[in-house]
Amino acid sequence: MSEQSAVEIHSHVDTVFRAESGRILATLIRLLGGFDLAEDAMYDAFNAALQRWPVEGLPANPRAWLISTARFKAIDAIRRRARINASQDHIAAMLHGDEPASAREDDELPDDRLKLIFTCCHPALAPEARAALTLREVCGLTTEEIARAFLTSAPTIAQRIVRAKAKIRDEHIPYLVPSGAELPERIASVLAVVYLLFNEGYAASSGPSLTRAELSAEAIRLGRVLLELQPDPEVIGLVALMLLHESRRAARVSADGELVLLEQQDRSTWNDAFIREGIALVERALSTRRFGPYTLQAAIAAVHAEAPIPEVTDWRQICALYAALLAMQPSPIIELNRAAAVAMHEGPAAGLPLIDALFTRGELRDYHLAHSARADLFRRLGRRDEARAAYEQARALAKSGPEIRFLEKRLRELG
Amino acid sequence: MKYICLGYIDSNAFASAPEAEQQAMMDSCCAYDDQLRANGHFKGGEALQPPNTAMTLRYTNGRVVVTDGPFAETREQLGGIMILEARDLNHAVELISKHPGATFGPWEIRPAADLSEMVRQSEARRRKAGNP
Repeated sequence: MSEQSAVEIHSHVDTVFRAESGRILATLIRLLGGFDLAEDAMYDAFNAALQRWPVEGLPANPRAWLISTARFKAIDAIRRRARINASQDHIAAMLHGDEPASAREDDELPDDRLKLIFTCCHPALAPEARAALTLREVCGLTTEEIARAFLTSAPTIAQRIVRAKAKIRDEHIPYLVPSGAELPERIASVLAVVYLLFNEGYAASSGPSLTRAELSAEAIRLGRVLLELQPDPEVIGLVALMLLHESRRAARVSADGELVLLEQQDRSTWNDAFIREGIALVERALSTRRFGPYTLQAAIAAVHAEAPIPEVTDWRQICALYAALLAMQPSPIIELNRAAAVAMHEGPAAGLPLIDALFTRGELRDYHLAHSARADLFRRLGRRDEARAAYEQARALAKSGPEIRFLEKRLRELG
Repeated sequence: MKYICLGYIDSNAFASAPEAEQQAMMDSCCAYDDQLRANGHFKGGEALQPPNTAMTLRYTNGRVVVTDGPFAETREQLGGIMILEARDLNHAVELISKHPGATFGPWEIRPAADLSEMVRQSEARRRKAGNP
């Protein structure tokens, strides 16, 4: 085999891994009955592919080839272990019994991957472990890639994954799609992980931007998988929300790395395909009449997306959507956003008391964006001294470089 | 990706174990190594002779000074190294955790560093200096 073709096969196997490992693992867990056994067998099968595909050529259906190879590898491993440890005999016998795998059995069932996602996002696992486990087992990222994306060390991520897998094993966390009363809560847990991944990737304020963008792309990919398998209104809403945010990625950071607010963004650089898809999904989710907070947030993003210039934004509709969101999910952050929308719709004087009411209740006093929103209203009302004081408070609380630079620019403009 | 796995062992404890137990350990380790080999994970490795057979060499004031043995006074000493091919760190942990040797002492798992770019730069420097 020439060196070139070895490199090509290697990169092809890698591509297949990224695209298919989640589905293959999920199928193998069903066929073999355990996470670790399934994962070992899958890795062995991918290694076999590296050795055999250059010689034998690419199989017509790589996924089926990998699943059946993994199955034989698992049987082989259990036989070897059984020779060392007699107590494993019954497992080997069990697997041996249904060794000739029919093509039908090796097919992926749609539920397989969904079960795996629900397991990786199980509420019994530590929240930070859920995200890492999902990225590795469902999206096929390596420990090292996950560590880079989360700006942490590979051993830290590796430990989270080892502990989470031990917990799945020891506490017998089942592989199944939850049903009945449990389902909405479990879907919420899955969606929270997906949205966390997306936001990790969307916060352009830290880290090498390339890796971060990939994390958002993975979250969208995962969202699309869920959309295909479990198209609940909030799944649709979350995918719409991610697409609509993602459509503005290029516009929200300037060439010199500065944060650009929605109002100042060059809307011609927004991604039209994402916007069209996002808006269609919002409409689909809203039409179910069983939507939740993700759909409403997506609807707000859609109203912005529909305005070719900021001046024609339908603020009345945005205010109504924020009011609905607040009724569904009371939160000071949403109240703050609603205050900003009211200020755009009815004027800065109408928004100011809403922010002040939050501060009076002791909410968001340490949140830099609350102070900068308040400063912005003072600035628009021409109350320069109060604007300056509020911007200074915001600057003292802000942490990321681009945000601090933005606030300092505003302070300079006030003179 | 390549990981260098350093297996530590308490050689006194091993030496004082009954012969049947020693053999059972050897057999299980060899069988697992074979399995790693068969699946393309074992990329090389050697067992080490005991620390009292070792020498340490270092430069002191511009001269080579050699001394007996390694300096570590710990009970567990490096007993062998393995070059492991694994997809990522968790996969390497998974493979080594099943190694029967892991029940006799700790393993350290370190990713191999890719120095190809540094080597390429060094070659360029040496070519430029006309001193390959």
